[in-house]
Amino acid sequence: MEKKTPFYDQHVAAGGKMVPFAGFLMPVQYVGIIEEHRHVRSKVGLFDVSHMGEIEVWGPEALKFVSYVTVNDPAALEVDQVQYSAMCYPDGGIVDDLLVYRFPDHYFLVVNASNLDKDFAWLQEQAKKFNVTLKNTSDDVAQLALQGPQAEPLLAKICDLKLSDMKFYWFKIGKVDGVEMIVSRTGYTGEDGFELYFDKKYAGQIWEALFKAGQEFDLKPSGLGARDSLRLEMKYCLYGNDIDKTTSPLEAGLGWITKLKKEGDFIAKDVLLKQKAEGVKRKLVGFEVEGNAFPRQHYKVFKDGSQVGEVVSGVFSPSVAKGIGTAYVQSEFAKTGTDIQVEIRGKMVPAKVAETPFWKHSSIKK
Amino acid sequence: MNFPKDLKYSATHEWARIEGGIATIGITDFAQGELGDIVFVEMPAIGSKVEMAKPFGTVEAVKAVSDLNAPLSGEVAEINGELEGTPDLVNKDAYGKGWMVKVKLSNPGESAKLMDAEAYEKMEKHGH
Repeated sequence: MEKKTPFYDQHVAAGGKMVPFAGFLMPVQYVGIIEEHRHVRSKVGLFDVSHMGEIEVWGPEALKFVSYVTVNDPAALEVDQVQYSAMCYPDGGIVDDLLVYRFPDHYFLVVNASNLDKDFAWLQEQAKKFNVTLKNTSDDVAQLALQGPQAEPLLAKICDLKLSDMKFYWFKIGKVDGVEMIVSRTGYTGEDGFELYFDKKYAGQIWEALFKAGQEFDLKPSGLGARDSLRLEMKYCLYGNDIDKTTSPLEAGLGWITKLKKEGDFIAKDVLLKQKAEGVKRKLVGFEVEGNAFPRQHYKVFKDGSQVGEVVSGVFSPSVAKGIGTAYVQSEFAKTGTDIQVEIRGKMVPAKVAETPFWKHSSIKK
Repeated sequence: MNFPKDLKYSATHEWARIEGGIATIGITDFAQGELGDIVFVEMPAIGSKVEMAKPFGTVEAVKAVSDLNAPLSGEVAEINGELEGTPDLVNKDAYGKGWMVKVKLSNPGESAKLMDAEAYEKMEKHGH
Protein backbone atom coordinates (compact mmCIF):
# COMPACT_ATOMS: atom_id res chain seq x y z
CA MET A 1 0.00 0.00 0.00
CA GLU A 2 1.53 3.30 -1.10
CA LYS A 3 1.78 6.23 1.25
CA LYS A 4 0.18 9.56 0.45
CA THR A 5 2.05 12.82 0.78
CA PRO A 6 0.32 15.67 2.68
CA PHE A 7 -0.64 17.15 -0.73
CA TYR A 8 -2.51 14.11 -2.05
CA ASP A 9 -5.93 15.82 -2.03
CA GLN A 10 -4.49 18.90 -3.73
CA HIS A 11 -3.07 16.73 -6.54
CA VAL A 12 -6.33 14.94 -7.12
CA ALA A 13 -8.24 18.25 -7.09
CA ALA A 14 -5.77 19.67 -9.64
CA GLY A 15 -6.30 16.69 -11.97
CA GLY A 16 -3.04 14.94 -11.13
CA LYS A 17 -2.59 11.47 -12.54
CA MET A 18 -1.47 9.53 -9.48
CA VAL A 19 1.03 6.71 -9.87
CA PRO A 20 3.05 4.64 -7.41
CA PHE A 21 6.60 5.97 -7.07
CA ALA A 22 9.13 5.05 -4.38
CA GLY A 23 6.38 3.84 -2.08
CA PHE A 24 4.21 6.94 -2.54
CA LEU A 25 1.27 7.86 -4.72
CA MET A 26 2.67 10.77 -6.69
CA PRO A 27 1.36 12.91 -9.56
CA VAL A 28 3.20 11.93 -12.75
CA GLN A 29 1.45 14.74 -14.60
CA TYR A 30 -1.55 17.09 -14.45
CA VAL A 31 -2.07 18.22 -18.06
CA GLY A 32 0.95 16.74 -19.83
CA ILE A 33 4.68 16.39 -19.37
CA ILE A 34 5.68 18.63 -22.28
CA GLU A 35 3.43 21.51 -21.23
CA GLU A 36 4.48 21.26 -17.58
CA HIS A 37 8.14 21.03 -18.59
CA ARG A 38 7.96 24.16 -20.75
CA HIS A 39 6.01 26.02 -18.09
CA VAL A 40 8.85 25.50 -15.59
CA ARG A 41 11.44 26.61 -18.15
CA SER A 42 9.50 29.76 -19.07
CA LYS A 43 7.47 30.70 -15.97
CA VAL A 44 7.15 28.80 -12.71
CA GLY A 45 5.89 25.41 -11.52
CA LEU A 46 5.28 23.78 -8.16
CA PHE A 47 6.39 20.22 -7.42
CA ASP A 48 5.43 18.15 -4.40
CA VAL A 49 8.63 16.45 -3.34
CA SER A 50 7.45 15.40 0.11
CA HIS A 51 8.44 11.83 -0.70
CA MET A 52 12.10 12.79 -0.23
CA GLY A 53 13.76 11.59 2.98
CA GLU A 54 15.13 13.90 5.66
CA ILE A 55 17.70 12.84 8.23
CA GLU A 56 19.15 15.09 10.96
CA VAL A 57 22.65 14.52 12.34
CA TRP A 58 23.26 15.86 15.85
CA GLY A 59 26.16 15.61 18.28
CA PRO A 60 29.74 16.76 18.82
CA GLU A 61 31.08 14.61 15.98
CA ALA A 62 28.39 15.50 13.45
CA LEU A 63 30.83 17.16 11.04
CA LYS A 64 33.36 14.35 11.33
CA PHE A 65 30.61 11.80 10.73
CA VAL A 66 29.09 13.55 7.70
CA SER A 67 32.58 13.94 6.26
CA TYR A 68 33.24 10.22 6.80
CA VAL A 69 30.06 9.01 5.09
CA THR A 70 29.99 11.46 2.15
CA VAL A 71 32.45 12.17 -0.66
CA ASN A 72 32.13 15.95 -0.70
CA ASP A 73 33.71 18.07 2.04
CA PRO A 74 31.14 19.35 4.54
CA ALA A 75 33.91 21.24 6.38
CA ALA A 76 33.79 23.69 3.47
CA LEU A 77 30.18 24.57 4.27
CA GLU A 78 29.25 27.80 5.99
CA VAL A 79 26.20 27.91 8.22
CA ASP A 80 23.15 28.31 5.89
CA GLN A 81 24.95 26.67 2.97
CA VAL A 82 23.92 23.54 1.06
CA GLN A 83 26.13 20.96 -0.62
CA TYR A 84 25.37 18.30 -3.22
CA SER A 85 27.12 15.08 -2.24
CA ALA A 86 27.05 11.29 -2.43
CA MET A 87 27.48 8.44 0.01
CA CYS A 88 29.56 5.47 -1.10
CA TYR A 89 30.02 1.86 -0.10
CA PRO A 90 33.60 0.81 0.65
CA ASP A 91 33.95 -0.49 -2.94
CA GLY A 92 33.14 2.97 -4.36
CA GLY A 93 29.57 2.12 -5.43
CA ILE A 94 27.01 4.78 -4.55
CA VAL A 95 24.60 4.32 -1.63
CA ASP A 96 22.73 7.49 -2.56
CA ASP A 97 23.18 11.08 -3.68
CA LEU A 98 22.00 13.73 -1.29
CA LEU A 99 21.94 17.33 -0.15
CA VAL A 100 23.79 18.31 3.02
CA TYR A 101 22.54 21.40 4.89
CA ARG A 102 24.69 23.00 7.57
CA PHE A 103 22.81 24.42 10.53
CA PRO A 104 24.60 26.12 13.47
CA ASP A 105 24.20 23.01 15.65
CA HIS A 106 23.48 20.08 13.32
CA TYR A 107 23.48 18.79 9.74
CA PHE A 108 20.37 18.04 7.72
CA LEU A 109 20.56 15.41 4.97
CA VAL A 110 18.01 15.12 2.17
CA VAL A 111 18.02 11.72 0.47
CA ASN A 112 16.03 9.90 -2.20
CA ALA A 113 12.67 8.48 -1.16
CA SER A 114 13.41 5.10 -2.71
CA ASN A 115 16.61 4.84 -0.66
CA LEU A 116 15.48 6.28 2.67
CA ASP A 117 15.22 3.04 4.65
CA LYS A 118 18.46 1.69 3.20
CA ASP A 119 20.24 5.02 3.79
CA PHE A 120 19.04 5.36 7.37
CA ALA A 121 20.13 1.81 8.23
CA TRP A 122 23.50 2.42 6.54
CA LEU A 123 24.02 5.70 8.40
CA GLN A 124 23.04 4.15 11.74
CA GLU A 125 25.56 1.37 11.19
CA GLN A 126 28.33 3.89 10.43
CA ALA A 127 27.25 6.11 13.33
CA LYS A 128 28.24 3.49 15.90
CA LYS A 129 31.85 4.70 15.62
CA PHE A 130 30.92 8.36 16.21
CA ASN A 131 29.42 10.46 18.95
CA VAL A 132 26.32 11.43 16.96
CA THR A 133 22.55 10.99 17.05
CA LEU A 134 20.50 10.47 13.91
CA LYS A 135 16.87 11.44 13.52
CA ASN A 136 14.73 10.38 10.59
CA THR A 137 12.16 13.20 10.31
CA SER A 138 10.85 12.21 6.86
CA ASP A 139 7.32 11.45 7.99
CA ASP A 140 6.85 14.90 9.54
CA VAL A 141 8.24 17.04 6.75
CA ALA A 142 6.36 18.44 3.78
CA GLN A 143 8.57 19.52 0.90
CA LEU A 144 7.67 21.64 -2.09
CA ALA A 145 9.91 22.74 -4.97
CA LEU A 146 8.98 26.06 -6.55
CA GLN A 147 10.93 26.15 -9.80
CA GLY A 148 11.24 28.53 -12.71
CA PRO A 149 12.44 32.02 -13.62
CA GLN A 150 9.44 33.58 -11.82
CA ALA A 151 10.04 31.68 -8.56
CA GLU A 152 11.75 34.56 -6.75
CA PRO A 153 9.20 37.34 -7.38
CA LEU A 154 6.41 34.91 -6.58
CA LEU A 155 7.84 33.68 -3.28
CA ALA A 156 8.94 37.20 -2.28
CA LYS A 157 5.26 38.17 -2.05
CA ILE A 158 4.64 35.84 0.90
CA CYS A 159 8.11 35.29 2.41
CA ASP A 160 9.75 37.48 5.04
CA LEU A 161 13.30 36.78 3.83
CA LYS A 162 15.26 38.99 1.46
CA LEU A 163 15.36 36.40 -1.31
CA SER A 164 17.37 38.56 -3.69
CA ASP A 165 20.30 38.18 -1.27
CA MET A 166 20.10 34.39 -1.23
CA LYS A 167 22.50 32.69 -3.62
CA PHE A 168 22.10 29.31 -5.30
CA TYR A 169 22.76 26.48 -2.82
CA TRP A 170 22.20 28.66 0.25
CA PHE A 171 19.24 28.60 2.64
CA LYS A 172 17.64 30.44 5.56
CA ILE A 173 14.96 29.76 8.11
CA GLY A 174 12.15 32.15 7.31
CA LYS A 175 8.41 32.51 7.25
CA VAL A 176 6.20 31.83 4.26
CA ASP A 177 2.60 32.89 4.82
CA GLY A 178 3.51 33.12 8.51
CA VAL A 179 4.75 29.52 8.72
CA GLU A 180 8.35 28.92 9.75
CA MET A 181 10.31 26.80 7.30
CA ILE A 182 13.59 26.09 5.56
CA VAL A 183 13.76 28.19 2.40
CA SER A 184 16.50 26.74 0.24
CA ARG A 185 17.63 28.10 -3.12
CA THR A 186 18.05 24.68 -4.70
CA GLY A 187 16.29 22.44 -7.19
CA TYR A 188 16.44 19.63 -9.70
CA THR A 189 15.23 21.40 -12.82
CA GLY A 190 18.04 23.65 -14.02
CA GLU A 191 15.94 26.73 -13.32
CA ASP A 192 16.14 29.21 -10.50
CA GLY A 193 13.91 28.23 -7.62
CA PHE A 194 13.40 27.26 -4.04
CA GLU A 195 12.79 24.13 -2.03
CA LEU A 196 10.66 24.60 1.08
CA TYR A 197 10.74 22.22 4.03
CA PHE A 198 8.09 22.61 6.71
CA ASP A 199 5.81 20.86 9.18
CA LYS A 200 3.34 18.81 7.20
CA LYS A 201 0.40 20.12 9.22
CA TYR A 202 0.68 23.38 7.21
CA ALA A 203 0.66 21.59 3.85
CA GLY A 204 -2.79 22.73 2.73
CA GLN A 205 -2.23 26.30 3.87
CA ILE A 206 1.13 26.68 2.09
CA TRP A 207 -0.10 25.06 -1.13
CA GLU A 208 -3.01 27.49 -1.21
CA ALA A 209 -0.87 30.51 -0.30
CA LEU A 210 1.60 29.73 -3.09
CA PHE A 211 -1.14 29.38 -5.70
CA LYS A 212 -2.81 32.58 -4.51
CA ALA A 213 0.46 34.51 -4.69
CA GLY A 214 1.25 32.67 -7.91
CA GLN A 215 -1.84 33.72 -9.81
CA GLU A 216 -0.18 36.73 -11.44
CA PHE A 217 2.84 34.57 -12.37
CA ASP A 218 0.70 31.79 -13.86
CA LEU A 219 1.94 29.20 -11.34
CA LYS A 220 1.01 25.65 -12.35
CA PRO A 221 1.47 22.32 -10.56
CA SER A 222 4.15 20.12 -12.11
CA GLY A 223 4.44 16.36 -11.97
CA LEU A 224 7.20 13.79 -11.69
CA GLY A 225 7.26 13.31 -15.46
CA ALA A 226 8.37 16.90 -16.04
CA ARG A 227 10.74 16.65 -13.07
CA ASP A 228 12.50 13.78 -14.85
CA SER A 229 12.71 15.42 -18.28
CA LEU A 230 13.88 18.70 -16.70
CA ARG A 231 16.62 17.00 -14.69
CA LEU A 232 17.79 14.95 -17.64
CA GLU A 233 18.15 18.07 -19.82
CA MET A 234 20.62 19.24 -17.14
CA LYS A 235 22.30 15.80 -16.91
CA TYR A 236 21.52 15.74 -13.21
CA CYS A 237 21.90 12.18 -11.93
CA LEU A 238 18.89 10.09 -10.96
CA TYR A 239 19.58 7.29 -8.50
CA GLY A 240 18.51 3.95 -9.93
CA ASN A 241 19.21 5.15 -13.48
CA ASP A 242 22.40 7.20 -13.74
CA ILE A 243 23.94 6.11 -10.46
CA ASP A 244 23.59 3.09 -8.19
CA LYS A 245 25.70 0.69 -6.11
CA THR A 246 27.58 -0.46 -9.23
CA THR A 247 28.72 3.02 -10.33
CA SER A 248 31.33 5.19 -8.67
CA PRO A 249 31.05 8.98 -8.41
CA LEU A 250 34.09 9.34 -10.66
CA GLU A 251 32.49 7.22 -13.39
CA ALA A 252 29.27 9.21 -13.00
CA GLY A 253 30.96 12.54 -13.70
CA LEU A 254 30.69 13.52 -10.05
CA GLY A 255 34.43 14.12 -9.64
CA TRP A 256 33.54 17.73 -8.86
CA ILE A 257 31.86 16.65 -5.61
CA THR A 258 34.47 14.01 -4.76
CA LYS A 259 37.01 15.71 -2.52
CA LEU A 260 39.84 13.21 -2.33
CA LYS A 261 42.13 15.66 -0.53
CA LYS A 262 39.71 16.58 2.26
CA GLU A 263 40.84 16.22 5.85
CA GLY A 264 40.36 12.83 7.47
CA ASP A 265 39.29 9.46 6.18
CA PHE A 266 36.04 8.75 4.38
CA ILE A 267 34.33 5.64 3.07
CA ALA A 268 35.75 4.48 -0.28
CA LYS A 269 38.63 6.97 -0.18
CA ASP A 270 41.27 4.36 -1.10
CA VAL A 271 39.23 2.92 -3.97
CA LEU A 272 38.41 6.36 -5.36
CA LEU A 273 42.05 7.51 -5.09
CA LYS A 274 43.10 4.44 -7.07
CA GLN A 275 40.36 5.04 -9.68
CA LYS A 276 41.43 8.63 -10.00
CA ALA A 277 45.10 7.68 -10.43
CA GLU A 278 44.41 4.92 -12.95
CA GLY A 279 41.56 6.65 -14.75
CA VAL A 280 38.04 5.24 -14.93
CA LYS A 281 37.24 2.62 -17.57
CA ARG A 282 33.80 3.99 -18.32
CA LYS A 283 32.10 7.35 -18.05
CA LEU A 284 28.58 8.71 -17.90
CA VAL A 285 27.99 10.82 -20.99
CA GLY A 286 25.07 12.73 -22.42
CA PHE A 287 24.10 12.03 -26.02
CA GLU A 288 21.62 13.18 -28.64
CA VAL A 289 19.94 10.87 -31.12
CA GLU A 290 19.17 11.80 -34.71
CA GLY A 291 15.65 11.79 -36.06
CA ASN A 292 12.48 10.45 -34.52
CA ALA A 293 14.07 7.83 -32.32
CA PHE A 294 14.18 7.99 -28.60
CA PRO A 295 16.62 6.27 -26.29
CA ARG A 296 15.36 4.37 -23.26
CA GLN A 297 17.02 2.80 -20.23
CA HIS A 298 19.05 -0.39 -21.03
CA TYR A 299 19.30 0.21 -24.79
CA LYS A 300 22.77 -0.78 -25.98
CA VAL A 301 25.34 1.71 -27.25
CA PHE A 302 27.65 0.73 -30.12
CA LYS A 303 30.71 2.09 -31.87
CA ASP A 304 31.36 0.63 -35.31
CA GLY A 305 29.56 -2.62 -34.58
CA SER A 306 30.91 -3.31 -31.08
CA GLN A 307 28.96 -2.64 -27.94
CA VAL A 308 30.70 0.07 -25.92
CA GLY A 309 28.02 0.97 -23.40
CA GLU A 310 24.44 1.12 -22.22
CA VAL A 311 21.78 3.81 -21.92
CA VAL A 312 20.80 4.62 -18.33
CA SER A 313 18.31 7.48 -18.90
CA GLY A 314 16.44 8.47 -22.03
CA VAL A 315 13.68 10.89 -22.86
CA PHE A 316 12.17 13.07 -25.53
CA SER A 317 13.62 16.46 -24.64
CA PRO A 318 10.86 19.07 -24.81
CA SER A 319 13.44 21.90 -24.95
CA VAL A 320 15.59 20.65 -27.82
CA ALA A 321 12.84 18.49 -29.37
CA LYS A 322 15.13 15.47 -29.77
CA GLY A 323 15.79 12.16 -28.15
CA ILE A 324 18.40 12.72 -25.46
CA GLY A 325 19.89 10.42 -22.90
CA THR A 326 22.73 9.43 -20.67
CA ALA A 327 24.83 6.31 -21.08
CA TYR A 328 27.88 4.71 -19.57
CA VAL A 329 30.42 4.26 -22.36
CA GLN A 330 34.01 3.07 -22.43
CA SER A 331 36.10 6.13 -21.56
CA GLU A 332 37.77 6.31 -24.98
CA PHE A 333 34.37 7.09 -26.53
CA ALA A 334 33.28 9.66 -23.95
CA LYS A 335 34.57 12.77 -25.74
CA THR A 336 32.00 15.34 -26.83
CA GLY A 337 31.25 14.95 -30.52
CA THR A 338 32.05 11.23 -30.70
CA ASP A 339 29.74 9.43 -33.13
CA ILE A 340 28.04 6.45 -31.53
CA GLN A 341 25.03 4.29 -32.35
CA VAL A 342 22.14 3.36 -30.12
CA GLU A 343 20.31 0.13 -30.83
CA ILE A 344 16.63 1.03 -30.83
CA ARG A 345 14.41 -1.99 -31.40
CA GLY A 346 16.88 -3.74 -33.65
CA LYS A 347 17.97 -0.65 -35.60
CA MET A 348 21.31 1.10 -35.23
CA VAL A 349 20.40 4.76 -34.83
CA PRO A 350 23.13 7.41 -35.19
CA ALA A 351 23.83 9.44 -32.05
CA LYS A 352 26.50 11.82 -30.80
CA VAL A 353 28.09 12.36 -27.42
CA ALA A 354 26.78 15.81 -26.55
CA GLU A 355 27.96 18.74 -24.56
CA THR A 356 25.94 18.89 -21.37
CA PRO A 357 23.78 20.28 -19.95
CA PHE A 358 21.51 19.89 -22.97
CA TRP A 359 19.55 22.93 -21.79
CA LYS A 360 21.83 25.96 -22.08
CA HIS A 361 19.51 28.81 -21.02
CA SER A 362 19.17 28.14 -17.31
CA SER A 363 17.76 30.94 -15.16
CA ILE A 364 19.96 29.93 -12.20
CA LYS A 365 21.86 32.89 -10.78
CA LYS A 366 25.18 31.54 -9.57
CA MET B 1 -13.00 7.71 -20.18
CA ASN B 2 -14.53 7.35 -23.60
CA PHE B 3 -15.59 4.01 -25.19
CA PRO B 4 -17.37 4.60 -28.51
CA LYS B 5 -20.00 1.95 -29.24
CA ASP B 6 -19.24 1.62 -32.96
CA LEU B 7 -15.68 0.35 -32.39
CA LYS B 8 -14.07 -3.00 -31.69
CA TYR B 9 -11.26 -3.22 -29.13
CA SER B 10 -8.18 -5.37 -28.57
CA ALA B 11 -6.83 -6.40 -25.17
CA THR B 12 -3.69 -4.38 -25.99
CA HIS B 13 -5.74 -1.15 -26.26
CA GLU B 14 -6.09 -0.70 -30.00
CA TRP B 15 -9.45 0.10 -31.59
CA ALA B 16 -10.82 -0.72 -35.04
CA ARG B 17 -13.67 0.88 -36.96
CA ILE B 18 -14.74 -1.64 -39.60
CA GLU B 19 -16.48 -0.28 -42.71
CA GLY B 20 -16.82 -2.26 -45.93
CA GLY B 21 -13.82 -4.58 -45.51
CA ILE B 22 -11.54 -1.74 -44.33
CA ALA B 23 -10.58 -1.23 -40.70
CA THR B 24 -9.45 2.16 -39.44
CA ILE B 25 -7.11 1.54 -36.51
CA GLY B 26 -5.81 3.59 -33.60
CA ILE B 27 -5.13 3.38 -29.87
CA THR B 28 -7.76 3.91 -27.23
CA ASP B 29 -8.30 6.95 -25.06
CA PHE B 30 -7.14 4.86 -22.10
CA ALA B 31 -3.90 3.94 -23.93
CA GLN B 32 -3.05 7.52 -24.90
CA GLY B 33 -3.71 8.61 -21.31
CA GLU B 34 -1.38 5.94 -19.95
CA LEU B 35 1.38 6.84 -22.41
CA GLY B 36 1.15 10.59 -21.88
CA ASP B 37 2.39 13.11 -24.46
CA ILE B 38 2.98 11.23 -27.71
CA VAL B 39 5.94 12.53 -29.70
CA PHE B 40 6.22 10.07 -32.57
CA VAL B 41 4.23 7.29 -34.19
CA GLU B 42 6.24 4.80 -36.23
CA MET B 43 4.00 3.55 -39.04
CA PRO B 44 4.18 0.57 -41.36
CA ALA B 45 4.66 1.09 -45.11
CA ILE B 46 1.59 1.28 -47.31
CA GLY B 47 1.10 -2.13 -48.87
CA SER B 48 2.76 -4.01 -46.01
CA LYS B 49 0.96 -6.89 -44.36
CA VAL B 50 -0.12 -6.77 -40.73
CA GLU B 51 -1.18 -9.71 -38.64
CA MET B 52 -3.67 -9.83 -35.81
CA ALA B 53 -2.01 -9.36 -32.37
CA LYS B 54 1.42 -8.80 -33.97
CA PRO B 55 3.31 -5.47 -33.76
CA PHE B 56 3.01 -3.18 -36.78
CA GLY B 57 4.52 0.01 -35.37
CA THR B 58 5.44 1.87 -32.21
CA VAL B 59 4.23 4.87 -30.27
CA GLU B 60 6.89 6.98 -28.59
CA ALA B 61 5.82 9.13 -25.66
CA VAL B 62 8.08 11.44 -23.67
CA LYS B 63 8.95 8.80 -21.12
CA ALA B 64 7.94 5.48 -22.66
CA VAL B 65 7.61 3.52 -25.87
CA SER B 66 4.87 1.06 -26.70
CA ASP B 67 4.28 -1.42 -29.51
CA LEU B 68 1.25 -1.03 -31.71
CA ASN B 69 -0.39 -4.40 -32.26
CA ALA B 70 -2.68 -5.01 -35.20
CA PRO B 71 -6.18 -5.75 -33.95
CA LEU B 72 -6.94 -7.44 -37.30
CA SER B 73 -4.99 -8.94 -40.21
CA GLY B 74 -4.69 -7.42 -43.65
CA GLU B 75 -2.79 -5.03 -45.89
CA VAL B 76 -2.04 -1.40 -45.01
CA ALA B 77 -4.06 0.75 -47.43
CA GLU B 78 -3.47 4.15 -45.92
CA ILE B 79 -1.56 5.78 -43.06
CA ASN B 80 -2.40 8.98 -41.22
CA GLY B 81 0.23 11.39 -42.54
CA GLU B 82 -0.98 14.14 -40.17
CA LEU B 83 0.65 12.30 -37.27
CA GLU B 84 4.11 12.93 -38.66
CA GLY B 85 3.98 16.61 -37.79
CA THR B 86 1.35 16.48 -35.06
CA PRO B 87 1.61 13.17 -33.20
CA ASP B 88 -0.27 14.77 -30.29
CA LEU B 89 -3.48 14.33 -32.29
CA VAL B 90 -3.46 10.87 -30.74
CA ASN B 91 -3.67 12.48 -27.29
CA LYS B 92 -6.25 15.04 -28.32
CA ASP B 93 -8.56 12.91 -30.43
CA ALA B 94 -7.71 9.22 -30.08
CA TYR B 95 -10.80 7.96 -31.94
CA GLY B 96 -10.90 10.68 -34.59
CA LYS B 97 -7.98 12.69 -35.98
CA GLY B 98 -5.58 10.46 -34.06
CA TRP B 99 -6.29 7.37 -36.19
CA MET B 100 -3.15 5.60 -37.39
CA VAL B 101 -3.69 3.19 -40.27
CA LYS B 102 -6.40 1.80 -42.55
CA VAL B 103 -6.12 -1.88 -43.24
CA LYS B 104 -7.81 -3.84 -46.03
CA LEU B 105 -8.93 -6.91 -44.11
CA SER B 106 -7.76 -10.33 -45.26
CA ASN B 107 -9.87 -12.19 -42.74
CA PRO B 108 -12.90 -10.12 -41.69
CA GLY B 109 -14.13 -13.00 -39.50
CA GLU B 110 -11.33 -12.21 -37.00
CA SER B 111 -13.33 -9.26 -35.72
CA ALA B 112 -15.43 -11.71 -33.70
CA LYS B 113 -12.37 -12.16 -31.45
CA LEU B 114 -12.28 -8.45 -30.54
CA MET B 115 -14.19 -6.87 -27.67
CA ASP B 116 -17.15 -4.56 -28.01
CA ALA B 117 -17.23 -1.27 -26.11
CA GLU B 118 -18.97 -2.78 -23.11
CA ALA B 119 -16.48 -5.65 -22.75
CA TYR B 120 -13.49 -3.31 -23.17
CA GLU B 121 -14.84 -0.87 -20.61
CA LYS B 122 -15.35 -3.76 -18.20
CA MET B 123 -11.77 -4.90 -18.73
CA GLU B 124 -10.55 -1.38 -17.93
CA LYS B 125 -12.62 -1.03 -14.78
CA HIS B 126 -11.57 -4.40 -13.43
CA GLY B 127 -7.90 -3.84 -14.04
CA HIS B 128 -6.86 -5.74 -17.17
